[in-house]
Amino acid sequence: MRRVQRRSARRTLVAENWSRPRSAHQRRFRNLGAPLAAAALAAAPIAEVLRLAWLGDSGLWPHLAATILPSALLDTLLLLAGVGLVVALVGVGTAWLVAAYSFPGRGLLSGLLVLPLAMPTYLTAYAYVDLLDGLGPFQSALRDLFGFTRRTQYWFPEIRSLGGAVLVLGFVLYPYVYLPARAMFATQSASLVEAARTMGVGGWGLARRVAIPLARPALAAGGALALLEVLNDIGASEHLGVRTLTIAIYTTWLNRGSLAGAAQIACVMLAFVLVCLWIEARGRSAQGYAQSARKPRSATPVKLDRRAGWLACAACALPVLLGFLLPLLTILRAAGESGIDVAALASAAIHTLVFASAATLLAVALGFLTASCVRRARSPLTALLARVAGLGYALPGTVLALGLLTIIASLDNAIADAVRGLTGASPGLVFSGFGAAIVIAYLVRFLTIAIGGAEAGLARVSPRVDDAATLLGLTGNQMRWRVHWPMTRGAVAAAALLFFVDCMKELPATLLLRPINVETLATLVYGHASRGSYEDGAPAALAIVLLSLVPAVRAARAIDQAGGKDVRQTHGRDG
Amino acid sequence: MKNTRSRALRHAVAYLAVFAALTVPAAAAEEVNVYTYREPALIKPLFDAFTKSSGVKVNILFASQGLEQRIAAEGANSPADLLLTTDISRLLQAGELGITQPVKSPVLEAAIPASYRDPEGRWFGVSARGRVVYASKDRVTQDSMTYENLADPKWRGKICSRSGQHIYNNALIAAVIAHNGEDQAAGWLAGVKANLARKPSGGDREVARDIAAGQCDIGLGNTYYVALMLNREADRKPWAEAIKVIMPTFDGGGTHVNVSGFVVAKNAPNRANAVRLGEWLVSEEAQGLYAAINYEYPVRPGVALNPTVASFGPIAPDTLPLVEIAKHRRTAGILVDKVGFDN
Repeated sequence: MRRVQRRSARRTLVAENWSRPRSAHQRRFRNLGAPLAAAALAAAPIAEVLRLAWLGDSGLWPHLAATILPSALLDTLLLLAGVGLVVALVGVGTAWLVAAYSFPGRGLLSGLLVLPLAMPTYLTAYAYVDLLDGLGPFQSALRDLFGFTRRTQYWFPEIRSLGGAVLVLGFVLYPYVYLPARAMFATQSASLVEAARTMGVGGWGLARRVAIPLARPALAAGGALALLEVLNDIGASEHLGVRTLTIAIYTTWLNRGSLAGAAQIACVMLAFVLVCLWIEARGRSAQGYAQSARKPRSATPVKLDRRAGWLACAACALPVLLGFLLPLLTILRAAGESGIDVAALASAAIHTLVFASAATLLAVALGFLTASCVRRARSPLTALLARVAGLGYALPGTVLALGLLTIIASLDNAIADAVRGLTGASPGLVFSGFGAAIVIAYLVRFLTIAIGGAEAGLARVSPRVDDAATLLGLTGNQMRWRVHWPMTRGAVAAAALLFFVDCMKELPATLLLRPINVETLATLVYGHASRGSYEDGAPAALAIVLLSLVPAVRAARAIDQAGGKDVRQTHGRDG
Repeated sequence: MKNTRSRALRHAVAYLAVFAALTVPAAAAEEVNVYTYREPALIKPLFDAFTKSSGVKVNILFASQGLEQRIAAEGANSPADLLLTTDISRLLQAGELGITQPVKSPVLEAAIPASYRDPEGRWFGVSARGRVVYASKDRVTQDSMTYENLADPKWRGKICSRSGQHIYNNALIAAVIAHNGEDQAAGWLAGVKANLARKPSGGDREVARDIAAGQCDIGLGNTYYVALMLNREADRKPWAEAIKVIMPTFDGGGTHVNVSGFVVAKNAPNRANAVRLGEWLVSEEAQGLYAAINYEYPVRPGVALNPTVASFGPIAPDTLPLVEIAKHRRTAGILVDKVGFDN
């Protein structure tokens, strides 16, 4: 009975919609909700940090500007440039090899190249210092071989340096570029590549004139994400002795005892983040031309001769080895030596999964709604709100956590006082007590991934599909759930998995916001690492890597499938 | 579509149920909530022993930074009862943020020497550690030195250290300022900086590691790391075996010592249990544990040292009050920046 009513109501609605199309003004207004909520979520902690920066004591600022900022800026720029170069070369290079050529181990390597996504940067840094430091296996072997007795008697690259940080971070973060670049090459390049080949362009010329221009949008979008990860990194930089802006924020807050000074440096960092996001936005807008190639299909890879084939194999194997296998083996060795507290590990694993899943579910919903509203509203204000929502990436985890802490705690206190006023008993701190603070922190921090994924997916849906749906009398909401959602599900799923993995690896905000007696895998690792016993945290570290592995690999597959589906849709539309 | 949505809803409900089941603290009759900077593995055995003797359950929140700020933000409804720190700076910082309450306890006053606690009872030190010199057994012949000697050009390119901004080094530099004045301390710090063999990085254990590898001859570190490496960390035993501990002193002073300690939170919901735990931490049993498994110096007089720690030789703690030293901690941080110690 009720269903019939609802159906007839819908029919009336459809009829109304058909006879009286909404004005642009109405459309913009109706599509403001989700982007506004997303933007407010990110803006609140940022506003709190800005408040701390402006209202706090500015006495330390001249000192900071004179002594800390110049070197921190220089180190940060060099680190960004270095890591940017490594992720671009490795990411685009391997993606091109895998997509355009056939060589031994290609199929396997194409999948393995994704694996470093599962490896938190701080774990890699610990592992490499263990391996390459003065007393590590490499240098010990070297000394035994040549009969040296002291570190000062021979030259060996110092891993605890800017160069070391560039390599460690670069070889872990390149999949951010590799994934979109490979998807792009696999689906978009065939006709262009073959056209170029018939015109006698080959080898390097092909890469330079076809591959790199094609990869540009992927490079921009993925590279920006990788650079934002670098900006936020604290564990690896600290361990490798690189003094970045993030480290400057930490030491200013904790050692120089100036929260205001820390917030002021955070504002400088915000500028860097805006540049990264601008690059990403530009990259995404450039995607349009790359996608407009008609009837794209999978490229037929060119078979390489024996020598070149093995070289290509080695080139693709190296990043897997450096970014994943070597650190994994180091962790495994350490895990073998340490005892395993199964109960603690299991409870930490469950907490990790619950926090990450809850945040992912919310992020998918909010990300898709936001992206969908931006598409429908077609107003600069809504687009701006969506960009603001991505700014959560801007703040280092601890500063973000700090901003959230004050906001959530005042909310909690208001609730607690109200309940006490009514019932006479305090419920305690509701949000922070139940871990909701962590979930909100993840949401704010990584929302840009979810929005970006949904936007990328929606960008592939032709406006003509919307026109057709409107002609068929679908309302905005119906179009959203019955047309857009099924068509973007692949891209959203890929983003969701990446989001999930990022939550599992997140450390600083988790550490500061978690409830009493609650450990996650990352905090368990850190608890040991902070007193210098990385190997005792190895089982938990291993659990992070293994639990991230499945979603990371599935995310890669989802990105490929989204690419493939896109091709079929294009066929259907144009052919 | 409807199907997917209701499935999503079911998932969400299931998650929330698991979530609630996991995070609702089991209602214990007697409990105390401890926010701690002490690493869980080092402090857990102590809490377990306390629970065994008192029946009071200890709930732990460990973090490496920001706990004072968290307590301040949580305000009147904060669950924190006790804040445990690894250094004097953060004990004082807690006081400055107004999140402590004074405790008057004859037990605490009897057990802790006056120099290791606040006369008003706002903070109490429970264990002490020396900031000493690790020196290569092979390459360093002397067995005594002053902190001032570290700036001697004879050590050019031979000293290793962690970041100058780390709280342990910060407190040491503050002590140098307290002894010799800001100008002399600045010159001294520039001298030490000039002597560094490598850019400051890693922790105190890495100092031992780099001495063992021959990258440097001497370095700064805390006493208990050496004993930890020798007794509990088979992998790092060779690092500790390559070094000896020199107990440096200030010119006309003693060895720099920092304390780990606690404050009772202003809005502690379980105040009585917090005081009970605090008092237990300075009992003979707990102080024995601090010495035996954490390799620290007990603050309570008459408690035996761990044999490894005793083998470092007698320690003559500097007599300058910790509070005097900690007054200079901001200046110390600024000096580190000015001489570019970490660059």
